[in-house]
Amino acid sequence: MPDSSAVAPQYASIPHRDHTAELGMWVFIATEVLLFGGLILAYFVYRHAFPQGFAEGSRHTEIVIGTANTAVLLTSSFLVAWAIEIFSPATIRIVTWLLIGAACLGLLFIVLKGIEYSKEYDEHLVPGIDFLFAGPLANGVQLFFIFYFIATAIHALHMLIGICLLITLATLCRKAPTTRHHAALHSAALYWHFVDVAWIFLFALIYLPGRSAS
Amino acid sequence: MMSDTNYLTTDFTLRSWFLTTDHKRIAILYFASLIVFFFIGGAAATLIRIELATPQADLVSSDVYNRLFTMHGIIMVWFFLIPSIPNTLGNFIVPLMIGARDLAFPRLNLMSWYIFMLGGCTTLFAIFAGGVDTGWTFYTPFSTLYSNSYVIVAAAGVFIAGFSSILTGLNFIVTIHRLRAPGLTWYRLPLFLWSLYATSVILVLATPVLAITLLLMATERFFGVGIFDPRIGGDPLLFQHLFWFYSHPAVYIMILPGMGVINELISCFSRKQVFGYKFVAWCSLAIAAVGFLVWGHHMFVSGQSLVASLVFSFMSFIVAVPSAIKVFNWTATLHKGSIHFDAPMLYALGFIGLFTVGGLTGLFLACLAYDVHATDTYFVVAHFHYIMVGGMVTAYFGGLHYWWPKITGRLYSEYWARTAAVLIFFGFNLTFFPQFILGAEGMPRRYHVYPPEFQVWNVLSSGGATILAVAYLMPLFYLGYSAFFGKRAPANPWDAPGLEWQTSSPPPEHNFTTQPVVTRDPYQYNEAFQAEPQNA
Ligand code: HEM
Ligand SMILES: [Cu+2]
Repeated sequence: MPDSSAVAPQYASIPHRDHTAELGMWVFIATEVLLFGGLILAYFVYRHAFPQGFAEGSRHTEIVIGTANTAVLLTSSFLVAWAIEIFSPATIRIVTWLLIGAACLGLLFIVLKGIEYSKEYDEHLVPGIDFLFAGPLANGVQLFFIFYFIATAIHALHMLIGICLLITLATLCRKAPTTRHHAALHSAALYWHFVDVAWIFLFALIYLPGRSAS
Repeated sequence: MMSDTNYLTTDFTLRSWFLTTDHKRIAILYFASLIVFFFIGGAAATLIRIELATPQADLVSSDVYNRLFTMHGIIMVWFFLIPSIPNTLGNFIVPLMIGARDLAFPRLNLMSWYIFMLGGCTTLFAIFAGGVDTGWTFYTPFSTLYSNSYVIVAAAGVFIAGFSSILTGLNFIVTIHRLRAPGLTWYRLPLFLWSLYATSVILVLATPVLAITLLLMATERFFGVGIFDPRIGGDPLLFQHLFWFYSHPAVYIMILPGMGVINELISCFSRKQVFGYKFVAWCSLAIAAVGFLVWGHHMFVSGQSLVASLVFSFMSFIVAVPSAIKVFNWTATLHKGSIHFDAPMLYALGFIGLFTVGGLTGLFLACLAYDVHATDTYFVVAHFHYIMVGGMVTAYFGGLHYWWPKITGRLYSEYWARTAAVLIFFGFNLTFFPQFILGAEGMPRRYHVYPPEFQVWNVLSSGGATILAVAYLMPLFYLGYSAFFGKRAPANPWDAPGLEWQTSSPPPEHNFTTQPVVTRDPYQYNEAFQAEPQNA
């Protein structure tokens, strides 16, 4: 694969540059893990304090949409992984379409999430904006939904960034793919998979607690 | 082999500065911004000390006083001390020290500065629009329910600046892993790099937790929901846990780079290898790691369980061990060295003394029984100022003087530099030692009035602060003068073996004309050091 641009002066060679970029993405992911980690820690503290409230809150989530979204996101990740595997000038048309497909699935995820949000709004389950829940479990349910909204909103923000990355890369490498695009795609894919993994954790924490035992 | 243009003279346009990706120029951008923040934070401190010169309230109301110490804390911690050594000296020196032509991600480096400035301006806006009165710690429920000030804006500024920290840490980690010159193995790295590496790990792993904590706090305040509000089930202590999970590691962000600088200074001006190199190197990482496990020592009186307090107390004693090892190794380095009392060395020696006092009083505070008496008194204030100001700011000045000839290509007035160093040391002690006594006698922090019997010590402290203020202003003049009119500096004024001294002063745009190759351990001050030119 050709490389159109000269290597920046701090790098000795193209592989040197590409491996360095990849390490950068791994370190960034470490940061992200701690960002979600802090949030999940707070979730566990409150779930420990209000086990029934959290279970009750969880039962009010839309597990069908949640599950569909998980499938959508996993498929999207698969398309990106596939694109990386076959990346070469000869296959670039397929690669571009795979990336566009992955980005579209990402958008579908966001749309489904929006539908979910609006359902919760109709059921008066949005703390701070419209929250009505009577009974002894109200505090726990409210805390559950606060975390639900913050976590999914932060996750959706990550999704939007990832979608932009995928579309940008698809447009850039469409004409003349270079090793540089391959490296960039590799880093973007790491990020996209991370967003995916984060969702899998959130899925378990959001949709399953109230449904496991009963 | 010298080229006639250097990084300062390649281009003189404003554009070439504000769009530069050269790590050296970005370091200069940081220098300039941090000076501004330092003096804004310093102005607040001056007002605080003037108010405290008398027991009554004469200068400001209690409400204004709250805003003053909050502004002082926020600016000094997040907009001066955390970026101080890493983003200025680190940015400038790291690539030079490892024989690289830039950091791994130069554009990210520039972006980090812009993010920092955005965060800084946001916070300044909050401060000048009316201020914040929560203290730098943003404790809930005060910050969420009761405070009537610009909490969200100030927190947003800190939140934004956090991303700048993360990007810088990321850049350093990757650079140190990937861009070392041929032959520069890990155990040949100057210890400054080990400490910056440890700092970067903390920056990358702790800062996101602060981000999410501030986000939760701001959400509670903005939407009026009860994340930390006990009336609807929330737990205000959770905020403290999350906050200190970041902020205790963050205090090590504020000392490790200083320790790193001290290694360079001590070994250069005693013309000796640092004693116990590997111990010092690993101690930096040990501090970074154990520093994540001690946050509860800020919460001994919060009502956390006794078991938790005991564990945190024990861990706090453990975390002091690597710091102590470093102090012992520095003094052992001095032993039988041929010691030169140049200005950077005066700062370094001052650092060792002041840091030791700060560290030892940390151990007082880590004792459960004594902390109940000392917490939230001036004893704590004195403790952390001994480390943050006596330690880190002193190291910052020491490093600035040491690398000044490299950065500017000029020599400064040794006479004035030594005078300032000595004045800083005495002014500092006069300002903060009385605060230990005040704290031990029970004067609480964060009040603008106090019983008359405390006045003697407060007057001494305010007097010391005057000396300190003058001493901190001095470098602005003699270094400022030197930058334009000083004598030209040779490439290696200290006859030091580090790679940063092998290129011209100031360095050319991409640092080295030929790729240096390292064949020696660091700090070989006795014999001539070889950096053989080789084609890249
Ligand atoms: C030698 C290891 C250290 C130990 C054992 C230690 C111990 C402590 C303890 C127990 C407290 C809590 C006191 C209280 O609030 O009652 C404290 C407060 C503090 N320490 Fe240290 N410390 C150490 C090193 C450091 C370093 C290196 C720094 C900064 C560079 C630092 C900065 C602070 C700050 C800023 C506070 C007060 C925070 C606040 O409440 O506003 N400490 N320290
Ligand atoms: Cu601490």
